[in-house]
Amino acid sequence: MSTIALLVITGLGLGSLYFLVASGLSLIWGLMRVLNFAHGAIFTVAAYAGWVVASNAGSDAGVAWAAGLIAATLCGGALAFLLEVLLIRPLYARPIGQVLVTVGAALALVALMIGIFGGTAVQLNMPTWMSNTTTILGASIPNTNLFSTAVALVVLALLLVFLRRTRYGLIVRAGVENRSMVQALGIDVGRAFTIVFTIGGIAAGLAGYLAATYFGFIDPERGTSMLIFAFIVVVVGRLGSMSGTAIAAAGVALLQQFLNFYSAPGVGDFSVVLLLALALLLRPQRAYES
Amino acid sequence: MSALRQAQDRPLLELRDLNVWIGESHVLHGVSCEIEEGGVTALLGRNGAGKTTTLKGILGMLRRTGRVSLAGTPIERMRTDRIVNLGVAYVPEDREVFSELTVEENLRLAERGARQLQYDVVYELFPEMKTRARQRAGTLSGGQQQMLAIARVLLNRDNRILLVDEPTKGLSPLMLRNVVDSLERAASLVTMLLVEQNLPVANRLAKRAIVLDQGRVGYRGSVAELIENPDLARTHLGLAKGRA
Repeated sequence: MSTIALLVITGLGLGSLYFLVASGLSLIWGLMRVLNFAHGAIFTVAAYAGWVVASNAGSDAGVAWAAGLIAATLCGGALAFLLEVLLIRPLYARPIGQVLVTVGAALALVALMIGIFGGTAVQLNMPTWMSNTTTILGASIPNTNLFSTAVALVVLALLLVFLRRTRYGLIVRAGVENRSMVQALGIDVGRAFTIVFTIGGIAAGLAGYLAATYFGFIDPERGTSMLIFAFIVVVVGRLGSMSGTAIAAAGVALLQQFLNFYSAPGVGDFSVVLLLALALLLRPQRAYES
Repeated sequence: MSALRQAQDRPLLELRDLNVWIGESHVLHGVSCEIEEGGVTALLGRNGAGKTTTLKGILGMLRRTGRVSLAGTPIERMRTDRIVNLGVAYVPEDREVFSELTVEENLRLAERGARQLQYDVVYELFPEMKTRARQRAGTLSGGQQQMLAIARVLLNRDNRILLVDEPTKGLSPLMLRNVVDSLERAASLVTMLLVEQNLPVANRLAKRAIVLDQGRVGYRGSVAELIENPDLARTHLGLAKGRA
């Protein structure tokens, strides 16, 4: 029983990271039709920014860690904003150009992080509570898992409020369905694009720092591997649907955890890729539908 | 002549040598025409003549060259949303309501400024939009969706002209009558450029007609003259004698 509780709760912790990365991707693809390959790099750069701030924010581990969290979140939002305004916006009419520019930005940003911080992982200092465990149903659950899950639930609630209760949320929901008609109602879709891209960046930045907390360290390739799983979540969940993304993120992470534990290591990761292939084969429109 | 008089003499919407492309296909070839303020002008023509393309060209939704002026203001270099905010509202072919949103959300999305809204007029014209406010637009009938599409643009008081694309297409006779009644009342509020395949409907709503023929203006004049003259109807609309 305790093993299952451990696998479920750690799976949900991992799923919360997938959700934070995938929610932004899903909104960006759903509204803007931009496949943002730089999303993983935003995750990585924001995590390093948070680490730099946390490392220089004084001796109180809790305050330093919280300062790092805020810095990573702001950095993710600011970087996404700049990417959208400087690189994506001039290429709205050229989808291939957008793909190339986001791939290029991803490679350049990761290379920049390796150039500055080196290719090896750096350790993130955490407050004591975060390094401890909590016993649930007989299983010792790392508190980082519980925290990540709680943050993801709060972000999910905030995104749902944004989508259902605000004018820009309404524009995003309508734009996912029919972008040109939104414009034909006199709405500046470009501004909605920038807001959605920035929100996606904020979530990715938050995910980067929480992943550093979850794994205990930051490495330059983490964002890329997270991006692959986030793409799978986006395709399995419904584009632009936050609830669908959350359920898919939890499902993918749980499948991965259970199979990695009960079969040979790596089978879980492989099965998730298989799940993507099945989703695309059975419902290919999922990858393109609005 | 005073500036005011000059403004009054200008047509509301003026197209000069308008060329529009859909992808690589050159659809409109140098269309020039004027839409006077007030009443309804019907934009007629056979399938593929370029009627919808003209509306999308005016709105900047397709690649275009030439001049488009709204009350003397050039709008051909503006983005679609800016043109709409100047008062050029669009009711597209096939309604294009947001099916996942409720009726109320569809209307809220179309709001362009709190002081310019006229929900009272919209609900008087389309009472169903109030009673079905919480219903998802995708679950409405075709006629109700058409009413929502019209209600969406009538919501804003500051419209100068409505571009309405085949509003009666695919409607049952009863719904067609309702939609035409609504359009007639809407036309008393704002100028309308109406694309319509149904000639009796065009005749009921419009006094003036512009007929497009293979992407060029083939006829400009009164709808009545077009209908009463079988040769004109046959030449420009491909109608057999007696059908008009």
